[in-house]
Amino acid sequence: MNPINYLYLAALLFTIGAAGVLLRRNAIVVFMCIELMLNACNLAFVSFSRMHGNLDGQIMAFFTMVVAAAEVVIGLAIIVMIFRSRHSASVDDASLMKL
Amino acid sequence: MSAVADPVTVHSLWTMAAESPDKFKAPDIEYGQLAPTLIVIGAAIVGVLIEALLPRKARYGAQLFTSVLGIAAAFAAVIGLAVGDYGTSKARIAAEGAIAVDGPALFLQGTILLVSLVAVFTFAERRLDPVAHGNRVDSFAAQAAAVPGGDAEKEATKAGFTTTEVFPLLLFAVGGMLVFPAANDLLTLFIALEVFSLPLYVLCALARRQRLVSQEAAVKYFLLGAFSSAFLLFGIALLYGYAGSVTYGRIADVVDGEVADITPALAQTMGNDALLLIGGAMVLMGLLFKIGAVPFHMWTPDVYQGAPTPVTGFMAAATKVAAFGALLRLLYVVLPGLRWDWRPVMWGVAIVTMLAGAIVAVTQTDVKRLLAYSSIAHAGFILAGVIATNEEGVSSVLFYLGAYSFVTLGAFAVVTLVRDAGGEATHLSKWAGLGRRSPLVGAVFAVFLLAFAGIPLTSGFAGKFAVFKAAAEGGAGALVVVGVVSSAIAAFFYIRVIVLMFFSEPRADGPTVAVPSVLTSSAIAIGVAVTLVLGIAPQYFLELAGDAGVFVR
Repeated sequence: MNPINYLYLAALLFTIGAAGVLLRRNAIVVFMCIELMLNACNLAFVSFSRMHGNLDGQIMAFFTMVVAAAEVVIGLAIIVMIFRSRHSASVDDASLMKL
Repeated sequence: MSAVADPVTVHSLWTMAAESPDKFKAPDIEYGQLAPTLIVIGAAIVGVLIEALLPRKARYGAQLFTSVLGIAAAFAAVIGLAVGDYGTSKARIAAEGAIAVDGPALFLQGTILLVSLVAVFTFAERRLDPVAHGNRVDSFAAQAAAVPGGDAEKEATKAGFTTTEVFPLLLFAVGGMLVFPAANDLLTLFIALEVFSLPLYVLCALARRQRLVSQEAAVKYFLLGAFSSAFLLFGIALLYGYAGSVTYGRIADVVDGEVADITPALAQTMGNDALLLIGGAMVLMGLLFKIGAVPFHMWTPDVYQGAPTPVTGFMAAATKVAAFGALLRLLYVVLPGLRWDWRPVMWGVAIVTMLAGAIVAVTQTDVKRLLAYSSIAHAGFILAGVIATNEEGVSSVLFYLGAYSFVTLGAFAVVTLVRDAGGEATHLSKWAGLGRRSPLVGAVFAVFLLAFAGIPLTSGFAGKFAVFKAAAEGGAGALVVVGVVSSAIAAFFYIRVIVLMFFSEPRADGPTVAVPSVLTSSAIAIGVAVTLVLGIAPQYFLELAGDAGVFVR
């Protein structure tokens, strides 16, 4: 169990999340991809924590979870609000302000 | 090789729990030195309680009183700390290494608090919107959850509802902003970023007029903001992996190779420059997003245009101050050993930011979008001071931030006054001849535009001069040339607006200028006063910023 492998997995998950944010068009899916990126960060934190033998990384992971939960509350509120007024959660439809 | 058998990886994770609980040392928190933040957060919690307990009619007054009192008390606490030499000789790291109390932190906290106090005035303005069903209303939605144009919205408007929750939201954002430039470890940095971002996302969605645009701005800001903070967090993870610690001082020591207690794991990660370089770049990315520097600026025009104008003013002024404070501390405290790597990158970012901001602004037809692109150009000018990497660099950036934030807030406050039947008239064509019809408003806006352009006798000139001087002394002469060129381009469109206001015929169906209450009037008056005082007699404030220019490590 070499911790390096977990870091590769974290980097891979982060990349999948980032690609999803850029490619997907549904605001909810985009938001889920951001959550995936945050979870990739958590995996990196606990792997590094294991490597270095201190608890800083695990504490960071706890804080990240709390922040992610708070972000879900705000994010879903905003996305549901825009869905109710437009009947669409596509990020392409939100284009009232273009140059 | 299995981890358990390897003595290298047998570490404190298992031995910590075996220690006696008597040995647990309670953390030592310096409440006095953290007072500004604690007061603001406390006032925000009182604001939440007011929402829960007071009847609707009484909330507005109570919220306004709590916000003003909380911010003023926090500002008094900052002054108290500064007078007590915490900015200079007694500068120190408080709260077990989480928060720095030093010159730049106190200067920026003072600036943020003054800016937020003025922002509270613009938030509370209730004379501009026409009286609806006998109720005076502000710029915020009657009921944010109601569908725009639906029955619920009509009922809420008829009942005279107002979103007084904006005051606690503003206070929570201010609390995060106070911590952001003072954060002394990466965990505090991240938490502070989220604490001030999340309320701002909500505030963006709360406009009373043009609610669809406002909601769209909130979605864009939220998705891109969350995306950038994920990058910041992964950067933090990599830096933690590199240094085995999230404390600024410790990371700097590891970067410089000055640590004595190198464990085998640390020796392994220290040798891996990819962790350091990619991690540093990703953290920088997150901060540059908040600043609105060019590759990461795409959200700025849309969010500034869509958000309620008082929120835009607050966001443009205070977020920039906080984010530049955090950027300065990161570059000057954590990564000074890496400056030969980050300086060329920041050079590129600064040049592109200055030029793109100024050039794209020329084509804008909406006042709020114009000011958004102008804020991007100004971010570039401030970055020139950041790149100086000398003490004048820090103090000139501090001065510029103070000067710029009041001009921005004042300019957006003027934008709230110019109205027609649909709310604020932000299209530039409607501003034609405004200076002839309302000479005072036209003249005040002209003062702000001249300050943005950096004309002498305004604060903009003093700030730009200080920043460019520091950059030239720091060996960034080419950057100064680009800065002056883009200032000239920017001056074109500022002057164009002034010409439009004063030298073209007013339109018959043009907007009217609403007469504000004492709240917005005083916000604009403070903006003009600061602009002129910092322009005509900047010396005292330059010295103040100069005294505050040293980071504690």
